[in-house]
Amino acid sequence: MRSTSLREPAAAKAALIFAALVYVGIMLVLPLAAVLTEALRHGWQAWLAAVSEPDARAAIRLTLLVAAISVPLNTIFGIAAAWAIAKFDFCGKSALITFIELPFSVSPVVSGLVFVLLFGAQGWFGEWLGERDIRIIFALPGLVLATVFVTFPFVARQLIPLMTAQGRGEEEAATTLGASGWQTFWRVTVPNLRFGRLYGVILCNARAMGEFGAVSVVSGHIRGETNTMPLQVEALYNDYDFVAAFAVASLLTLLALVTLALKSAMEWRHRGELAARF
Amino acid sequence: MSIRVDGVSKSYSAYPALNRVSLSVANGEFVALLGPSCSGKTTLLRILAGLEVPEHGRVWFGHEDVTFAKPASRGIGFVFQHYALFGHMTAAQNIAFGLDVMPGASRPSRSAIAERVEQLLELVQLPGLGSRYPNQLSGGQRQRIALARALARDPRILLLDEPLGALDAKVRRELRDALRKIHDELGLTSIFVTHDHEEAFGLADRVAILNIGGIEQFASPAEIQGAPASEFVRNFLA
Repeated sequence: MRSTSLREPAAAKAALIFAALVYVGIMLVLPLAAVLTEALRHGWQAWLAAVSEPDARAAIRLTLLVAAISVPLNTIFGIAAAWAIAKFDFCGKSALITFIELPFSVSPVVSGLVFVLLFGAQGWFGEWLGERDIRIIFALPGLVLATVFVTFPFVARQLIPLMTAQGRGEEEAATTLGASGWQTFWRVTVPNLRFGRLYGVILCNARAMGEFGAVSVVSGHIRGETNTMPLQVEALYNDYDFVAAFAVASLLTLLALVTLALKSAMEWRHRGELAARF
Repeated sequence: MSIRVDGVSKSYSAYPALNRVSLSVANGEFVALLGPSCSGKTTLLRILAGLEVPEHGRVWFGHEDVTFAKPASRGIGFVFQHYALFGHMTAAQNIAFGLDVMPGASRPSRSAIAERVEQLLELVQLPGLGSRYPNQLSGGQRQRIALARALARDPRILLLDEPLGALDAKVRRELRDALRKIHDELGLTSIFVTHDHEEAFGLADRVAILNIGGIEQFASPAEIQGAPASEFVRNFLA
């Protein structure tokens, strides 16, 4: 039975729906459509040529490699930090939470500069590294460091509220049943955070592939070597090579859509369990 | 297994404080810790379980000083107010958990564990429900599974933290009777936290009445009702 008193007049309803559609259209659909249209302006062949050009391929490879290193690192750290914060009491807990959030509040440019100041040729450890011929800035390690720093909070931030809400009951039950800390973590804590963890990891991955600012500072912009996809897009755009720029951009967008599709697919596959648990 | 609590204090914790509490429980006794909220009764139970460590005082199980022993090594079973069943495991897997995590050499065979699980399901009167997940069980059924899980490793001591607190009146009465029966059958030493004096007096051999971190009176239900030791006890029972 539906209550008529809760229904809006038809005109108000139509106006609200229209406003929502226009907003979504301008803010989400239009930019996405623009990227795809610009990328395909000169046809499929031009798009394909642009993304399979050696520098573009190197940028794609580098982006995937950086994400493949930094996402697992931050996943492991995020789970460990959230576990410590949600399940234990210790001194400096609120300080740790604040520290974890630091990368969110620091400008990405600063995040990149920090690593240049530390590991660059004129940096604190620059001389020591130079003598040993170890390259961090303008090389893969620098890109990974900057990406890890920027995407540091995603997994932890997303897990802390989830694990805090779950409480310690099941962990306490496990220890009174004779389980060691290790067994409790793997058999009780980890299975309990499957979906929460996934969501944070997906966000972390999306950001790791798309990060521009911090990576831009440490990269050195060497085409075919230290340019990730976002940097390559900028470089091509500055060359007035719009089709190629939008082609790489469209690929980056596609990667984001794939991550989102993956997330939805996982949620759909486990929908029964999700519905039962939350 | 007898229990002796000797001058135990606890102040810094998420749970209410305890102030120099002493208590002796004989082997096979069924004792209720009764008191209003914030009286420290749950803190005392958690100290017995090893989930909290006291700042002062000692806890003895038989002749063994367990004050700083880990919960895992105390040989206890613990039943939580909100069941704390593992949501991603079936009832049978929940019950088997304590046996599954035993180190390789002492762990029973898979068939022995399965047999023990069946036996425990019988004991708590839920045969055939082993394959259900906790969210497919009622509150009373969940608490029975939690009880079976706590008993799987043959604990010497059973600790229950308001085990009936989340259940409705009818289920409460049934489970209360089942608890007492299981206690007598297995010859356990049981300690039971509650804020409901009817429940405490109906179930326990002796009742300890707590108020703001101390024990006001520790005696049999008849004695307490016949001669309340303090003004607080008199008012609390009224």
